[in-house]
Amino acid sequence: MLKIEKRASPSKTWNWAAPIMAVALTMIVGGALFGLLGVNPFQAIAKIFYEPLFGEYAFYYRPQLMIKAAPLVLIAIGLSMGFRAGIWNIGAEGQYIMGALSGAGLALALYPMELPILLPLMVIAGALGGMLWGLIPGYLKVKFGTNEILVSLMLVYVAEQILASMALGLMKNPEGMGFPGSRNLQQYPSAHNAEIFAGSGMHWGVAAALIAVIFAYVMLTRHMFGFQLRLSGIAPRAAKFAGVDPGRMILICMGLSGALAGMAGLFEIAGPAGQVSIDFNVGYGFTAIIVAFLGRLNPIGILLAGLLLAITYVGGEITQSQMGLPLAAIQLFQGMLLFFLLAMDMLTNYRFRRSTKEAV
Amino acid sequence: MKLIKSLATAALALGVASAAMAEDKTKVGFVFVGPVGDGGWTYEHNQGRLAVEAEFGDKVETVFVESVPEGADSERVMTQMALEGADLIFTTSFGYMDPTINVASKFPNVKFEHATGYKRADNVSTYSARFYEGRAVQGLIAGNITKSNIIGYIGSFPIPEVIRGINSAYIQAKKVNPDVEFKIVWAYTWFDPAKEADAAKALIEQGADVILQHTDSTAPQAAAAEAGNVYTFGQASDMAEYAPMPRVSSIIDNWAPYYIERTKAVMDGTWTSTDTWAGIGAGMVGIGEITDAVPADVKEAALALKAAIASGDVHPFTGPLNKQDGSAWLAEGEVADDGTLAGLNFYVEGITGEIPQ
Repeated sequence: MLKIEKRASPSKTWNWAAPIMAVALTMIVGGALFGLLGVNPFQAIAKIFYEPLFGEYAFYYRPQLMIKAAPLVLIAIGLSMGFRAGIWNIGAEGQYIMGALSGAGLALALYPMELPILLPLMVIAGALGGMLWGLIPGYLKVKFGTNEILVSLMLVYVAEQILASMALGLMKNPEGMGFPGSRNLQQYPSAHNAEIFAGSGMHWGVAAALIAVIFAYVMLTRHMFGFQLRLSGIAPRAAKFAGVDPGRMILICMGLSGALAGMAGLFEIAGPAGQVSIDFNVGYGFTAIIVAFLGRLNPIGILLAGLLLAITYVGGEITQSQMGLPLAAIQLFQGMLLFFLLAMDMLTNYRFRRSTKEAV
Repeated sequence: MKLIKSLATAALALGVASAAMAEDKTKVGFVFVGPVGDGGWTYEHNQGRLAVEAEFGDKVETVFVESVPEGADSERVMTQMALEGADLIFTTSFGYMDPTINVASKFPNVKFEHATGYKRADNVSTYSARFYEGRAVQGLIAGNITKSNIIGYIGSFPIPEVIRGINSAYIQAKKVNPDVEFKIVWAYTWFDPAKEADAAKALIEQGADVILQHTDSTAPQAAAAEAGNVYTFGQASDMAEYAPMPRVSSIIDNWAPYYIERTKAVMDGTWTSTDTWAGIGAGMVGIGEITDAVPADVKEAALALKAAIASGDVHPFTGPLNKQDGSAWLAEGEVADDGTLAGLNFYVEGITGEIPQ
C-alpha cells in the first residue's frame, strides 16, 4: 500500500519538476482529448507549440507572443510579491481597468495637444490609478480587518461598471456617431504606445515587463524587502519579531501589485487595444494569477510561464482556424495546465511511501 | 542585425502571402464574437459560412475562429487569416471595426466585410440588417398578447442598433395597446447565458409577461419556460426548440445570400467596397413562424405588417413621433432617414428610463 506523508521541508527538485511534469501531462491528456474530437493529436499539439515560434508566419507570431505575454508577466510579477507574503490580491483585473482609464483619461482630456512627455505622464497616471484601486482593499484590511480576497474581487465588478460608464459617457468619442467607445489612441501620436521598433512587437509595455522581472529578481534575492516578504509568508510571527510591520507590508504589496496592473492596463489601452470600450478587459488580471503560480512566484519562472500561456493562446487560435478545433477544447487544454500543476504541487510538500503491514 | 534580418524575412513572407492568394481556391475567413453553438447571432453567421461551402463546394475553403474578444486579439486573428491566404474575411461584430480597418490597411489585396459598423475603406465593406423591421412585428404581437401590460426588454449594449430595436418595438406595441409599458435591462454582453437568465428573471419578477431580447443565448427562453405564462421571441436565430411556448415568434438573421453573393464577387473579381443595409424585403431579416399561442387575428395583423414593411408601404419609423423629452422628431407622415437611424441615440416619447450614458 502507498501512504502519503508530509515532507519535512518542501522538495527542491519537485518544486521545479512540477511545472515540467504538468506541461507533459497536459500534452498527454490534452492530446487524448483532441484525438477523441477526431483531430490528429500530435499534429494539433505540434501546431499549438511549434507554429507560433517556428512556423511559416512565425515572424508575425513571435512579436504577438510578446504583446500577449507582456501584460500577463507585468501583472503576475506584482501579484507574486503579495502571494509570497500571504497577501491575496485577486482583483488585478480591476486595477488593470482603473490604470487604463486613468492614463487614457489624461490623454483624452489633452487631445489633440501634441506633448512629447504625454506617454510617460500617462504611464504614471496609469500606475497611480491601479495603485489607488489596489490600496482600497489593502487599507480596509489594515484598518478594519476585512478580507482582501473578497474586497479586491468585488472591486473588479465596480471597475467594470465604471469602464462601461466611461465608454458610454465621459470618454465617448464625440465623432463616433453615438456608438460607445473612446477615440482611438493609436491615432493620437503623443499618446500612442507604439512599437519601439516597427514590427518587433516591442512596445513600452514589453520593455516594462522585462524591467519588472529583473527588478523583482534583484529585490527578492538581494534586498532586505525581499527577505521580509518571504519571511512574512513563511512565518508571520517571526517576521513580526524581526520588526516587519504587517500593515505596512499589506499596503506595500497591494499598492505595488495594483500599480503594475495599472501600468499593464495603460500600455494595453494606449497600444494594442487603442480605445476605451465596454469590454476592454479580457481577463489578463485573472490569467496572471495562473501565470504567477505556474512560474512558482519566481520572476524568471513568471516570464517563462507568461510566454507559455501566450503560446497556448496564439497557437490555440492557429489550431482553431487551421484544424477546426473548437475553442472549448483549447480552453480545456489551458485549464488542464493549472489543474495538473496544482496536482503535481502536492509532490513538492508530500511524498508517497510504501507502508508495510507492521507499520499499521 | 537580427532585427533587420527578421524584418527582411517579414517583407519576404508578406510577398509570399500575396502570391499564395493567386491559387484558384478562394479562401474565406470568418471571425466570430461568440461560440458557433450560441444558438443565436454567431450560429446564424456560421450557417451563412456553411451555405458558402455548400454553394461553391471545392472552389472555396472557409476557416473560422470563434469567441474572439473585440480589440487587440481580433486584430491578431484577422492578420493570421490574411497571412494564411484568405481572400475575403467577414468580421462579424461591431467591436471589430477599428481592428478590421487596421488589418485591411496592411493587406490591400484582401477584401474585408465588417458587420454593423460604419468605417469603410477601398477593401472594407460594411453590412448590416434592418433588424428594427422585425422588431416592429414583435412589438405588434407583444402589445396584443401582454396581460400585465408590462413588456420586458433585455438590451445588450446601449448602441444605436439596440436602441432602434427598442423604439421600433415600442412604437408598434403602443399603437395596439396604449397602456403598454417597457422595462429595459442592460446586460452589457452579447452572449452570457447566466447574465441573460438573471435579467429575464428580474423582468418577470417585475411583472413582465412578454420578454424581448437583444442578446444571443436561449437562456431567457429557458427562464420564461420555467416561469410559465411568459412569452418570448427568438433572437437572431429561430430558437424553435422553445416553440410554441414561450417562444411565439422570432427574428432570424439570414446572412447566407449575402455571404454567397460577396464570395462570388471576389471569385469573379467584381468585388467593390459597399455599404449594405437590407431588411425583410431583401430576405436578410426573417420572421420565424408565429405559433398558435398567438390569437389568429393578431397573427394575421403581424403578417400584414410584415408584408407591408417588406413591400416598402410601411416604414416602422413614421411620424408623428416625439422624442422621449417631448420635443418633436418626425412630423405627420414623415419617415426617419437612414442617417438618423444609423446613429439613433434617444428613446421615443413614452419609454421610461434613461439610456445609460
